[in-house]
Amino acid sequence: MLTVRVNNTDYQADVTPDTPLLWVLRDVLGLTGTKFGCGIAECGACTVHLDGKAVRACSLPVGLLNGRPVTTIEGIGNDPLAQAVQKAWMDIDVVQCGYCQPGQIMSAIALLRDNPHPTDTDIDAAMSGNICRCGTYLRIRQAIHNAAGLSA
Amino acid sequence: MIVLPLAKRLITTAITGLAVTCLTLAACQPATAASPDHPDPATIARGQYLARLADCEACHTAPGGMPFAGGRPFEIPGMGTLYASNITPDPASGIGAWSDDEFVRAVRAGISPGWKHLYPAMPYQDYARMTPDEIRAIRAYLTTIKPVARKPPANAIRFPFSIRAIMIGWNLFNGPSSSYPDDPSHTPQWNRGRTLVEGPGHCAECHSPRNLTMGTSHSHAYAGAITAGWTAYNLSSDLKSGLGSWSDEALNAYLTTGHANGHGTAAGPMAEVISYSLRFMTQSDRAAMITYLRSLAPQPSAESQDHSAGPTQAALARGASLFAGACSGCHLTTGAGRQIDFATISGASTLKDPDGHNLIQVILEGSQLTTDQGQISMPRFGAGYSDGDLSDIAAYTLLTLGKTRPAFDTNAVSTIKNSK
Amino acid sequence: MNTPATPSRRHFLAGATGLIVAGLLPKRRAFSRPSEFYQGPLVENTDPAFTPNAYIRIAPSTIPGDSGITLILPNVEMGQGIYTGAVTLIAEELNVDPDQVALEAAPPDDAYVAADMGTQATGGSTSTIFEWTTLRQAGAAARLLLTQAAASRWNCPISDCTTRQGRVLHTPSGDSFAYAELATDAATLPVPKTIPLKPAKDWTLIGRSRHRVDSRAKVEGRPLFGIDIRVPDMKHATVAACPVMGGTPGDMDRDAALRTPGVHAVLTIKNAVCVVADHYWAAKKGLEALAITWNEGPNASIDTHRIYSELHAALAEPKPIIAKSKGDAAAAMTRAASRYEATYQQPLLAHAPMEPINCTIHIRPDSADVWVGTQVPMWARDSVADIADLPKDKVRLHCQYIGGGFGRRLEYEYVTQAAQFAKQVPYPLKIVWSREEDLTLDRFRPAYVDRLRAGLNTQGRIESMEFRVVGPAVVARWEPAGLSPNGFDEDLAAAISITPYTFPASRLDYVRREAPGVVTAWWRGVGGTRGLFVVESFIDELALRAGADPVAYRRELIRDQPRARTVLDLAAEKSGWTTPLPKGHGRGVAVQFLFGSYLGTIIEVDMTEPKEVRITRVTVAVDCGQPVNPDQIRAQIEGGMIFGLGTTLFNEITLSKGRVQENNFNLWRIMRMNEAPPIEIHIVQSTEEPGGIGETGTAAAAPALANAIAAASGHRLRTLPLLPALKGA
Ligand code: FES
Ligand code: FES
Repeated sequence: MLTVRVNNTDYQADVTPDTPLLWVLRDVLGLTGTKFGCGIAECGACTVHLDGKAVRACSLPVGLLNGRPVTTIEGIGNDPLAQAVQKAWMDIDVVQCGYCQPGQIMSAIALLRDNPHPTDTDIDAAMSGNICRCGTYLRIRQAIHNAAGLSA
Repeated sequence: MIVLPLAKRLITTAITGLAVTCLTLAACQPATAASPDHPDPATIARGQYLARLADCEACHTAPGGMPFAGGRPFEIPGMGTLYASNITPDPASGIGAWSDDEFVRAVRAGISPGWKHLYPAMPYQDYARMTPDEIRAIRAYLTTIKPVARKPPANAIRFPFSIRAIMIGWNLFNGPSSSYPDDPSHTPQWNRGRTLVEGPGHCAECHSPRNLTMGTSHSHAYAGAITAGWTAYNLSSDLKSGLGSWSDEALNAYLTTGHANGHGTAAGPMAEVISYSLRFMTQSDRAAMITYLRSLAPQPSAESQDHSAGPTQAALARGASLFAGACSGCHLTTGAGRQIDFATISGASTLKDPDGHNLIQVILEGSQLTTDQGQISMPRFGAGYSDGDLSDIAAYTLLTLGKTRPAFDTNAVSTIKNSK
Repeated sequence: MNTPATPSRRHFLAGATGLIVAGLLPKRRAFSRPSEFYQGPLVENTDPAFTPNAYIRIAPSTIPGDSGITLILPNVEMGQGIYTGAVTLIAEELNVDPDQVALEAAPPDDAYVAADMGTQATGGSTSTIFEWTTLRQAGAAARLLLTQAAASRWNCPISDCTTRQGRVLHTPSGDSFAYAELATDAATLPVPKTIPLKPAKDWTLIGRSRHRVDSRAKVEGRPLFGIDIRVPDMKHATVAACPVMGGTPGDMDRDAALRTPGVHAVLTIKNAVCVVADHYWAAKKGLEALAITWNEGPNASIDTHRIYSELHAALAEPKPIIAKSKGDAAAAMTRAASRYEATYQQPLLAHAPMEPINCTIHIRPDSADVWVGTQVPMWARDSVADIADLPKDKVRLHCQYIGGGFGRRLEYEYVTQAAQFAKQVPYPLKIVWSREEDLTLDRFRPAYVDRLRAGLNTQGRIESMEFRVVGPAVVARWEPAGLSPNGFDEDLAAAISITPYTFPASRLDYVRREAPGVVTAWWRGVGGTRGLFVVESFIDELALRAGADPVAYRRELIRDQPRARTVLDLAAEKSGWTTPLPKGHGRGVAVQFLFGSYLGTIIEVDMTEPKEVRITRVTVAVDCGQPVNPDQIRAQIEGGMIFGLGTTLFNEITLSKGRVQENNFNLWRIMRMNEAPPIEIHIVQSTEEPGGIGETGTAAAAPALANAIAAASGHRLRTLPLLPALKGA
């Protein structure tokens, strides 16, 4: 049994330590907001926050968590910055199929936390690890700028 | 399929220089058929430990295949392809029908039953430093492996290399040593370390440059060597490029997990050595190995030849952009591991080598490291990424994260691919 | 070969037309099931509801804040925004606030089979085209019946009643009823024969940008997708099929798999193996432990090179299928002052939607449930019924949101496969493919070779055109009845015979060559995407040969096509086509009529660094008829363009020894944010019937980009993808 702290709750998971956090979240805890896209840290669909930083859950063995707190898309609702980001996303209808978007949003929140007023270049550097197959990049970039304005 | 640098050098040399001396060395004793009795658990455990020290599984397992069932291809440019043998206890396909003595002779002398000389892709000249008893223990362990009734593909070696007896000549010059006695002027720990490094560990096979007959160089022992794009780094105590700058803690961490903060993560062939072998060492053996490595006389590494104008600004800008897309998922844009320390690449020797050998190699081939926490993988890149793209990524990485001026340009990857 | 003046139907599967003709409106259907978005055990809904047709259900709800209104959406939502579009069309006529209604995905049912599609299918940019009238009529019919019900309660003439925001108002008194209060009464009324629709001037929703109905749920990460399904007692599984087509599993170490912690079972079918476990990771480890040896079979010798050489060889085929012809193209060709010819090659392409293939399925002795994202729900359901040996009505298929379709889920072989495994176990099975499996076992957009030949007059203007298309006929496998009697796949005429251009004489012939070792399938833009690349590249070559400006040369060819001219001129104007560019930069143009919509596209590139291409700007002018939701039209063009640009630059599926080589995003490169160019989109106001939009941007990308590269560098690239072609140029 491993203990993982997700969205301020401690959970017990009966998995081997090599199990990536992604599958503990999705299949053991039922937190399916975090998505599976590639399994090799190339797409960002599985992005969650670990100690507030954006990480790829598909490439993070739970055995390496050591009690550090994880936040998923399901657990960000009360954070004002997260709310600003989600609102910015809805204001300009960023989503298409939406599958990549929880990961995009988690990356965006982490970016804005470190850098409240990012330039296009900052955004591109932080967000290019997140693939959107539907091609919503231009709106994502705009929504991040808008969120920076909203939360200022 | 990977190119096994070692085998490449050994075999080409063996044939080019020494074929004449073939067939003069035939004075071995015939095998005595001895059936292995039922070994005790302690012997099996010891055998397993030794098999791990000797890294048998890495070479004798095909990618995605059953452990020890062989079939892993080793492509020897100009010669053909060798396939690792099946060393599971299956009588027909594996080594189940071998006697213990036959096994000992194969491992220590490179001669398998039926008088077939093994190609020295199998480092029997190092394994000869293990005692026959130790090798019998390995055998005992291998009898407990699940037998796999599958013959590896036949070696596809071109004439005249296909004449196995050619190896006899090679053996005369570079061939089997024997377990050497302890050196009383050193501590038992040092002696144990020497045995591990020179014997089952067969470290010199990659980390020492080759002499003229392509045996491992003794005068420049452990100065590091490059083959087929992968650099095995300088293990001598040289302060600049050797282990002189490593702390004992860092070495210990690296040999245990494949990663040491500030030194990067093992990749390519070294990642295999950690995965299948070194991480299983006992703490005292690891300490012994470190003691011996620390005693190696300093050897300067060969200086890199600055042979290109280096990357253009435009190439570096492309590299930065590609890195942010393809690489930052693990390495952030700072070179710090995003989710795991294993992905921290800043400080790695790989990012200090202006030629970028291992950097380009790991981008092209990827790498797999097994740790107690599971598999740590770096995917290989290609297809939609052109050779120029990959060169630019390497140049950017070296300059920005390694603070090292790249001695190569946008054509680096194409050049390497064409040289293979 | 001329364009029909007001094309209202895409020639998608023209041959399949009317195979199963929809029971068009008006139609009454009883719905007994609650939301298809599974949130718990199924409960039978027995409330007598008002269901005037297959798209609307109004429950007699009296709960405050609950409108009781559910809209049933005939097409699946996979990012294209069709739920928002469909809701807009129904709500416009029903007079409800789109935010008041609950949404449901349509189950498999004949009621949702659009004419021309042959089965209930979402694809080919046809949804808005097909739904435009149907859904407005559905809304109007319901509103009419509700108004009648209210009028008889008030005992007043219908003309005293109006409807607004889900209520019927009695104008003289100001009284009102919520629709839900009228549901029971309305359910007893006969559906009217003629249903008048609102005139455009009364629209309050159509034509205005509206927020997507699914934005919030997606932004909050709610469990919408097939891959998110969780049902009681479900186990997780992953599969490996033989990576060489036609191969079968050989030796495997079952014991090792079963020893893997969390693994429950190893299941096999003819060509694949499935490991069942507590969670995906355990299943994946179990699959690795199996260390399967495959019996690869005869396709193990196939490589891509062979596929291309067979296609090129067929250019010499003396007996092609004559697909279309106008005038005497051959004679005109002979008479022409000069002739010009070029050959183009396009690769196999994977779909790689972000959501990997998955299917959750529970087969019991007497019934089955399937939760899956599919573009063809009836076929998927029928296939489960077949495998499970159950009557179709015992298989309940719950359509889920799809995390990107692009044609991949017009296939349902993954559902068939899941059924074959699920049949072997008593519990519900959730099968998720790895990305590697998803790419290796994808069904690919075919590779094609096209040869185009023009007969030209002394000014370099076209007298005659000959097109030869060589490649597979996707429709022949997908729906064999869709193949024309002469063996032509009509879809391949898109952008060739369906085009804004007027040629004095032309001929399209086709040589069918199926690719060995792969299954080929529809892919975003289908025939139009591949056709537009060759035609617009070729026209560009002809323009340059004639020393003409590529826009002016095209304008002349479309002189009798005002809508095409408008988008071409608008794109040229907005992009600053005539303003000079610095050295090493270039602009490329494409004009198209596909999926019922017109696009003019200008792409600008910077090639100052040799053999590198940076896309700096994209300008699109679009006339897709009456816009339903302008913002979503923009979104589709932006996304489709980025999808197309990335594919055009980077992507090609290659086979070596029968195996697909590109199996994850390290090898299947996707355009990323820092490579995506700015895209500006100009929508032409139009009152024509709406056209499709989801695939138009993708089709425009390849030719406009290749033309821009030619303008900037002088390299005419006739082989896709462009990046390797450029490096080798
Ligand atoms: S699933 Fe983790 S990055 Fe793609
Ligand atoms: S919205 Fe579909 S993948 Fe991003």
